[in-house]
Amino acid sequence: MRLDIAFIVDHLPLLWQGMQVTLLLTLLGIVLGIALGALLAVARLSGVRPLAVAAAAYVDLFRLLPLLLIIFWVYFLLPLWLGRPIGGFYSALVSFVLYEAAYFSEIIRSGILGIRRGQINAGLASGLTYGATMRHIVLPQALRNMFPVLLVQCINLFKSTSLVYVVGVNDFLMAADVIGTKDNRLIEMYGFVALVYFTACFLASLAVSRLQRRYAL
Amino acid sequence: MIAIDKVGKWYGRTQVLADCTTAVAKGEVVVVCGPSGSGKSTLIKCVNGLEPFQQGRITFDGISVGDKATDLTKLRARIGMVFQSFELYPHMTATENITLAPIKVLGRGRDEAVARAHALLERVGMRAFADRYPANLSGGQQQRVAIARALAMDPIAMLFDEPTSALDPETISEVLDAMIALAQDGMTMIVVTHEMGFASKVADRVVFMDAGRIVEDAAKAAFFDRPRSPRAQAFLSKILRH
Amino acid sequence: MERYAWNWGILVSQPYVFWILSGLLWTVLVALAGWLLALVLGSILGVARTVPNRFVRALAAVYVEYFRNVPLLVQIFLWYFVLPELLPQAAGQWLKRDLPNAEFWTAVVSLGTYTACRVGETLRAGIESISRGQTSAGLSSGLTMTQVYGYILLPVAYRVTVPALTSEFINIFKNSALALTIGVLELTSRTRQIAEYTYHAIELFTCATVTYAVISLIVTYAMRLVENRARLPGMIASQPTDA
Repeated sequence: MRLDIAFIVDHLPLLWQGMQVTLLLTLLGIVLGIALGALLAVARLSGVRPLAVAAAAYVDLFRLLPLLLIIFWVYFLLPLWLGRPIGGFYSALVSFVLYEAAYFSEIIRSGILGIRRGQINAGLASGLTYGATMRHIVLPQALRNMFPVLLVQCINLFKSTSLVYVVGVNDFLMAADVIGTKDNRLIEMYGFVALVYFTACFLASLAVSRLQRRYAL
Repeated sequence: MIAIDKVGKWYGRTQVLADCTTAVAKGEVVVVCGPSGSGKSTLIKCVNGLEPFQQGRITFDGISVGDKATDLTKLRARIGMVFQSFELYPHMTATENITLAPIKVLGRGRDEAVARAHALLERVGMRAFADRYPANLSGGQQQRVAIARALAMDPIAMLFDEPTSALDPETISEVLDAMIALAQDGMTMIVVTHEMGFASKVADRVVFMDAGRIVEDAAKAAFFDRPRSPRAQAFLSKILRH
Repeated sequence: MERYAWNWGILVSQPYVFWILSGLLWTVLVALAGWLLALVLGSILGVARTVPNRFVRALAAVYVEYFRNVPLLVQIFLWYFVLPELLPQAAGQWLKRDLPNAEFWTAVVSLGTYTACRVGETLRAGIESISRGQTSAGLSSGLTMTQVYGYILLPVAYRVTVPALTSEFINIFKNSALALTIGVLELTSRTRQIAEYTYHAIELFTCATVTYAVISLIVTYAMRLVENRARLPGMIASQPTDA
């Protein structure tokens, strides 16, 4: 059995197109996911009961469900709700944002809660207002602590984008799948996909570990 | 029985033990003391091979500890060790803690092992707690069970690594009493400790370590009355003031 | 949503109710079989990551890095499409043609090996958190390293990691949905199928959502029972009881 490396090289442009979609989904998912996640975290930590309960319910629900199910929910129902068809890409994007926001919110919330009460007391005792204490003492520490964990979740998001396969989005995996099935070279294609994901995620994790060691509080 | 000869040890580039030489005869009680970081715990862990060492020799009852051919597992069955953090197995009762090694290593029958365990618990004053779990015992109680556990293997020597350093002051004496009784029964002991009261009562010799070296090695009386090195003198004056 | 026709009765009408139940059955089977594999393999892996032998540790690290960095979906495709091609002719043919329920077994193996990686890492963390002192204590009484693992480290590590293992157990139920990509007709695929046929997407996906939520609750409850029975005495208590 011989691996046809030339085959992979010939199709790099198409694969790169797919990868661009993957990267776009990842990036948008991260930015919007963290934004929504931060809102959810603030809602849960706020004193406003209905807000906190609603946010908690959201987070608990979305962490219980398979991402695939959420993708299908959005794919089928968003068009109904908006009254017009939505392509696979946007369904996938919305699903990712909704799903990842729950996880990002938990990371942010535990990052803030992880700061010892003593720190807040120290700030208040020296005359700072609650807001100033949060701004100058709690949040800087919390952000430093949660940064590596957030990065890990971003790497997970990158891997999860492969699931858009099920709604036909032409991402990296789908591109490889199409090319491979057409010319019956699935081994080379899937192998290449695995290699690329492995290399990217492995290097990214190494970078995160190094960051963690340098900035650990 | 235990001979430590010019032992040197490095962690990477840092030297933690240098040119350590001493010996412990059968039935002798040797107290090793010194400031934190002087290498006392490291040295004692070299004696039963828990820590490797790069230079020198340690012989236990004629067996060379550092030799690659030595069966360390067999050797350790003959030396008992008690740790600063007790290290009782949390998922087993006091009795089970004591019987684990005799059953699995010496092949004793369960009934015989349990009977022996109860006798040992009696000896350290813990018979009533035979079926308690470590989490339901105070520190001093746990340490006494740990001593019984070490004795269960019928060791010919016992190593103590700061046995009372993690205890509340009120419970220190109950553990020291158990150790004193052991010494009076003729057990060969190396005890790393800060408890100079214990040393003055039962030690035969005192070894003082500083920065990885053995600075002073004298009979008890000589050490307490006429310490020769200035380091030892300074140490004693600080310790004894309390 | 003006023109949506509601029909909750679809969930209990035939033949759809049987489709849903069959989907649920496959989900449970895939998840449980995968979990079993994950526990066995994961235990070996967790131990392998902590033993003194450097070669074994390195091998285990390679396993973990592969399963951790390649997306689960890609792993499933590799098992299903690529593995049969890489095996010698006869074995490959058997996998492709003669093995009954090949999709099911592929899903189980993919999920199992993937989750084993996570279980292994969880156990590794558990073992490392207790290991130094307990290992010293065990070794110094003459136990071999194998005995230390078997009688002391593993029993305590399993008990200490029950919460983390619970979440991995729930994860495998969620990840079982990925089996639909190779044709296992589990719960998510069945509900999507019915939604496509009948256009009652909301009812069906609500049914799936509720089912996953219930599964999660059952798993959490079951693991809590396990935790209570296996709890280390005094693990929650912060003070020892009076002598």
